[in-house]
Amino acid sequence: MHVVSLASETDFDGWRAGARRLRLAGAPPHEAAFSVGGQALFDAPLPAAEGQAFSAPRAFLDLAERVILHRKEDRFDLLYRLLWRLKDEPNLMRHETDADVADALDRAKNVSRAAHKMKAFVRFRPVDAAETAFCAWFEPAHRVAELTAPFFARRFSTMAFSILTPDLCAHWDTQALSFTPGVDRSHAPKGDEIEVFWATYYASTFNPARLKPAMMQSEMPKRYWRNLPEARLIPDLMAQAEQRERAMVRAGPTEPARYAEKALRRVPARSADEDRAPGSLADIAARLDGCRRCDLWRGATQGVPGEGPAQARLMFVGEQPGDQEDLSGKPFVGPAGKLFDRALAEAGIDRSDVYVTNAVKHFKYELRGKRRLHKTPDAGEVQACRWWLDHERRLARPRVIVALGGTAARAVLGKAVAVTKVRGRPLALEDGAEGLVTVHPSYLLRLPDETAKAAAYKAFVEDLRTAGRLARGTAA
Amino acid sequence: MAAKSLKEKLAILADAAKYDASCASSGTSRRDSLGGKGIGSTEGMGICHAYTPDGRCVSLLKILLTNFCVYDCAYCVNRVSSNVERARFSVKEVVDLTLAFYRRNYIEGLFLSSGIIRSSDYTMEALIRVAKSLRLDHDFRGYIHLKLIPEASPDLVTEAGLYADRLSANIELPREESLASFAPEKDAGVIKKAMGAVRLKLDEHRAGRGDRKRPPRYAPAGQSTQMIVGADGASDAEIVGRSAALYGGYGLKRVYYSAFSPIPDASSRLPVSKPPLMREHRLYQADWLMRFYGFEAGEIFEGAEDGMLDLALDPKLAWALARRDVFPVDVNRAERGALLRVPGLGVKSVNRIVSLRRWKRLGLDDLKRLCRSVEKIKPFVVADGWSPGGLTDRVDLKGVLPPEPQPVQLSLF
Repeated sequence: MHVVSLASETDFDGWRAGARRLRLAGAPPHEAAFSVGGQALFDAPLPAAEGQAFSAPRAFLDLAERVILHRKEDRFDLLYRLLWRLKDEPNLMRHETDADVADALDRAKNVSRAAHKMKAFVRFRPVDAAETAFCAWFEPAHRVAELTAPFFARRFSTMAFSILTPDLCAHWDTQALSFTPGVDRSHAPKGDEIEVFWATYYASTFNPARLKPAMMQSEMPKRYWRNLPEARLIPDLMAQAEQRERAMVRAGPTEPARYAEKALRRVPARSADEDRAPGSLADIAARLDGCRRCDLWRGATQGVPGEGPAQARLMFVGEQPGDQEDLSGKPFVGPAGKLFDRALAEAGIDRSDVYVTNAVKHFKYELRGKRRLHKTPDAGEVQACRWWLDHERRLARPRVIVALGGTAARAVLGKAVAVTKVRGRPLALEDGAEGLVTVHPSYLLRLPDETAKAAAYKAFVEDLRTAGRLARGTAA
Repeated sequence: MAAKSLKEKLAILADAAKYDASCASSGTSRRDSLGGKGIGSTEGMGICHAYTPDGRCVSLLKILLTNFCVYDCAYCVNRVSSNVERARFSVKEVVDLTLAFYRRNYIEGLFLSSGIIRSSDYTMEALIRVAKSLRLDHDFRGYIHLKLIPEASPDLVTEAGLYADRLSANIELPREESLASFAPEKDAGVIKKAMGAVRLKLDEHRAGRGDRKRPPRYAPAGQSTQMIVGADGASDAEIVGRSAALYGGYGLKRVYYSAFSPIPDASSRLPVSKPPLMREHRLYQADWLMRFYGFEAGEIFEGAEDGMLDLALDPKLAWALARRDVFPVDVNRAERGALLRVPGLGVKSVNRIVSLRRWKRLGLDDLKRLCRSVEKIKPFVVADGWSPGGLTDRVDLKGVLPPEPQPVQLSLF
């Protein structure tokens, strides 16, 4: 039997050096042992490690560094067994279901959990009234004090503190971390007034109508309770919970105080003027959110009103707001809107001179995972929303109305038409304005072929030019 | 009336805030206090510093600035017509309390909300003052969650995101119609618009790949919302559908479900009964299926009756029982997406299966080590040396499976 002596329970470097020597010497796991602070003992002289290096995978070393912090005595042996087996099974660490590997992974997980719980459950107490320095007493489930101390240093860099544990004490002086040997609980600091506030908070934030103690205990195991000031309240809170809940239910409703009635009278009643004809474009904008003419309001954020001068000669009607328009409440601000702006500018038309709106004012979409994909509004929705569009036309009285795409054409003309058949030529509309149908800019965005896209864009700009001429009254 | 002590105020204003379920402190930018003048860090993973006997974690100091409120939302303990005791913190009191708690390692930060006093803007400004003081006067680098007052002006919404890690506006009730009747001063449209505005801000501040200069930080932990379950008549399918729309529309990090719970001095308009905790639990599971398991909202209700999730069954298992045509799946071959749909396999188990099967063929012994209960998954998978045969299609399969440990929901009387 060979026995390697380790300087401490967490002496990873010592274990690593010893294990390397043992493996090089060909000592199988059942002939190797590790002892903390004990006497090294070798049956036969081991060869020096120099010059005969072998490598262990990084995954093993990372895991070993964690596992060594586990409190179970045989961890050194488990790790040596893995190191030994790696000689013949170089891919061993990938076999997560191998008994040894699974055991090591499980221990590493417990160590990580202990470190996480230490971050959570350390409770600092001020050492002096001026709160210049803090101290905590903590009993970690595994030997994670050194591993976890840097977390506290990063978090409380401007605050001097000590964390005392039975294994090791960590000290931070606002500049550097240092460590001293572990102490017993008689060194634990005393609590202060803020701890009473904390207890008050803990008791008040608890909802007695939702008692789930098993859930609490699985996340905050009892082994930590004796160092948590708030845990002292748990038995009473649980004992009284049902009674408190009963009392709430029994008490029933009470009469509101008089100031409440006064406040309540200030709430304006919601107006129900769905069918009142809008008096202005601003009136339309204000009322769209309340529109219930179809069901699209439900999934949408808001009704998106038209935008532009009330006396614009040129009105553009799109299909419906898209994702960006729905969020911002403004028409033509998304990708299609940007393309539209560019085409308008090329056609010599100033966007601030024209009125832009949509055939349907609420965004219709289909959910794909977390994305909202545009969905064409149906004839019923277009028809329902024509009420608003007709009032916009009546109020704005544009000389020319350009329908962008099939949905808009249907809304403007009152019937379904094929865009390709009617596009680009002036159509007389019933209200005396001139109509023009062209494609929707989003159609241009969807064209996959670059040459086709360029040609379609050119034709689109040409249609806009025609609209501009019609609006100026200079059209042929 | 004697002035209330700070401790009394804390008791009142913590009690008033506890019906908001959110307590997350995760997923924000990574930072620490090194090189700063103050304290505080956030390192990705949230930390729950304590658990109360209701099984909820205490991660943040969750309080209201005041529980005075001019609104009269029937479901809320702080509505104007309720006779609960009222209190109000000063900005400095909240700042000092947050720092005192943080120094002692009780909390990850602050979650501050408020009743509406004077006006929405006045209230929102006060909330922002607290966050601003923590950040600018004290260089506090811990977590801050601010409640948005949806009716407040857009400039304030913008400002809040400069100091807060997370913003949230509560949608409150699954049905907009019920909000109109239970919360006369609130408007679901206004709440949606506020969330939409935050979404646009978040997008705007997200650093693009080609950006040379990083845009200023804006609510790095995103936004969330909460729905009260069991106060109106909405079905589970309506609730989950609503959540899907909220996730899709506003890029929410989380939708919280809060089982409507008896409150002191309840309104006569709402049921005073045991909170539907089991239903809440099932809704969270359904929510998980959408966020991590690739389910669309509608799919979850395949086989569910009247759009309600089975209280006795994990929704993933309920779905699998209704859709046996897609099972069994071969753990050695199936795509990740198909494995995620096996009841009993979580995301971690699936990841481990996918990485391990590159090295060896997986049998039941492997699966035993890779998932919590191999008995539960056996009818739904094929593995090396295992095929469920007729087990998958057995009519009484539900009875053959090991029973899920049922959290017992006690009756009140």
